[in-house]
Amino acid sequence: MSTHQSIPLHQVSKGSRVIIIDIPEGRSKDQLIRLGILKGELVRCLEKLPGGTIVIEKNRQEIAIGVSLARSILVAYASVQTHAKSSHA
Amino acid sequence: MHNHSVTGSYGPPPHRHIEKHKHFGVEVPPADVARPKVALVGNPNVGKSLFFNYLSGMYVDVSNYPGTTVEYTRGRYRTYDVFDTPGVYGISSFSDEEGVTRDVLLDADIVLNIVDAVHLERDLFLTQQLIDMGKKVAVMLNFMDEVEKVGLEIDLKLLTSLLGVPVYRTTAITKSGFEQIDEAIEHARKGEQDPTLHRRLHDMLSITGSEAEALLILEGDEVIAERHGVKPGHEREHIYIERRNRVNLIINAVLSEKGVRTRVATALGRWAMNPWTGFPILLGVLYLIYLFVGKLIAQDLVEFTETTFGNGMWEPWIRGIVLNYVSADSWLGTILVGEFGVLTMTVTYLLFLLLPLVIAFYLSLAVMEDSGYLPRLATLVDRSLNTIGLNGSAVIPLILGFGCVTMATITTRLLGSEREKTIATSILQFAIPCSAQLAVVAALLTGAGFQAILLYSVTIFTVFVLIGTVLHRTLPGRTSPLLIDLPPMRLPRLDNVLRKTAYRAYFFMKEATPWFFAGACGVGVLQVTGFLTVWQDALAPLTTGWLQLPREAANAFVMGMVRRDFGAAGLYDLGLSGSQVVVALVTITLFTPCIASLMVMLKERGLKEASIVWMGTWVMAFLVGGILSQILL
Repeated sequence: MSTHQSIPLHQVSKGSRVIIIDIPEGRSKDQLIRLGILKGELVRCLEKLPGGTIVIEKNRQEIAIGVSLARSILVAYASVQTHAKSSHA
Repeated sequence: MHNHSVTGSYGPPPHRHIEKHKHFGVEVPPADVARPKVALVGNPNVGKSLFFNYLSGMYVDVSNYPGTTVEYTRGRYRTYDVFDTPGVYGISSFSDEEGVTRDVLLDADIVLNIVDAVHLERDLFLTQQLIDMGKKVAVMLNFMDEVEKVGLEIDLKLLTSLLGVPVYRTTAITKSGFEQIDEAIEHARKGEQDPTLHRRLHDMLSITGSEAEALLILEGDEVIAERHGVKPGHEREHIYIERRNRVNLIINAVLSEKGVRTRVATALGRWAMNPWTGFPILLGVLYLIYLFVGKLIAQDLVEFTETTFGNGMWEPWIRGIVLNYVSADSWLGTILVGEFGVLTMTVTYLLFLLLPLVIAFYLSLAVMEDSGYLPRLATLVDRSLNTIGLNGSAVIPLILGFGCVTMATITTRLLGSEREKTIATSILQFAIPCSAQLAVVAALLTGAGFQAILLYSVTIFTVFVLIGTVLHRTLPGRTSPLLIDLPPMRLPRLDNVLRKTAYRAYFFMKEATPWFFAGACGVGVLQVTGFLTVWQDALAPLTTGWLQLPREAANAFVMGMVRRDFGAAGLYDLGLSGSQVVVALVTITLFTPCIASLMVMLKERGLKEASIVWMGTWVMAFLVGGILSQILL
């Protein structure tokens, strides 16, 4: 995994690949696990709307996350090498 | 907490649940006891309905699930009862949809799990949960044609053995692979449960009677726990993570990418959410809808059907027949074929004005839904809706409101919190004109000119924002965040779109029609008994003095109490000036909601809240209308 500093998801730059570090407890977390988004997963920031609504992509699947949730999800930028290893492609 | 239903079903046909009792989570009403039950279960947008339509043929029985906005559909196939369920990502009680799917599932003998093969990682979570529940499962891998196109390869044999249930290749659009459905139903079997989980479920069997319910209780499902008088477990997250890991291992083994290609549709979907391209696309979409609904249907077609069929053929014919038996001046004549005649104006209005509009509206909505545009629109407007205390998912009730406020009020259940439901309901009841009303508004405004259109729109929009902002600032609590899965952009299937449209339009007309006749009857009686004059006199200071409208405009307000759109229709023949049209329409739009939507609001939001909103519409309508009148006239 990455040793980079963790940042909130709504601050990542568009197009970047990030690793999920932490998701706050609650229904949103359970729903995200169902969708395959949990701690340690690698996702790409597909779109970042003004105001902070984020669209992430993981394996052809696109998920939109509102700013208040995105703000509480911690991620870290992943280097290209990390991606190659952790992705199962 | 969140809203994951953006792409699923948007609630029931309008008004259907009004008579139903609120009783969440009861058993599925008994089908034929002797027939094995097959449940179709899958994530949203996996093509489940195509399977269902193939299986059920013509014999379909749509039932409203007691106490919920969501429904399941039952059909018959050979010796089986087949149940379609709302699309879900997992089974629990996160939403009304899940509750319905859960209960149909618990009662089912065999589960046909429809899986989107392109999004196998996502869908297998549900598959594994179904298997963990100990259900007899067969998996139908749909979209196999697209799997090829995007450059994926799935090892079917390995997947079958890892899941422990039969897996079949299908492409629902071309019915390819459907010949295996019989075999799938026959060969459905219990799959590979997590071994630890399996033992624990068996320990609980004496309490729950079924593994499925035992699992749901372990996963903290409050509803099922309560049914068995036990406490819900605290292990949802742990079990979910284990299951997700198991699914990821399966994926690693069976799925390989040969080189991913981005489809044009994927790119288009991304443009729809990019702010630079998204808003121009939205404007384009709105313009297309305007051209179709507002121009082609509302102006050209409706003008033709209304004058030619309604005023030209139907009304003289029925009047001729009725006047053979009753005199035109009698009270019965007035009610039946008079100014607000039940048999003249009401029939013309319903069949030749409202019906074409409702169909056009539902058609546009179905296309936006089936193409995958709607959830992207929700994403695009998410932040803007945050400012009035809603999230992007609220775009659905808000858009539906332009179709039917009553139906939209029901779908506010999709929203994440009571707070959001209150805000959305208020906005709908106050500031959103429904399609029927909009048609009349559009017709009157077009006559009044561009300035009138602008003035009307700005005023209504201001009230819209004002109500949302004030409620957002004053109500306690927080807005729940947007969390939705975006289905791929696809060309909508014509038959699917048409079926959906016909279905919704039918139920709307079925539910709305009695209220129209009741309204016309009511006003006819008021007219005959002289109470209409009394009412006009009572409202005269407000109507003529404050709003500066003709006395007869009060009729419109009486009608508005019965149905808002009918109210607006009453303004047609008053010979209003452009500014008067704006004042009258603003007042009517903001004015009290129709009886059907009032009843739904009462049921959904309770007596107190409904009363406040209802009174509020009176105050707001006359206040804003009056202010506008003082400025304009």
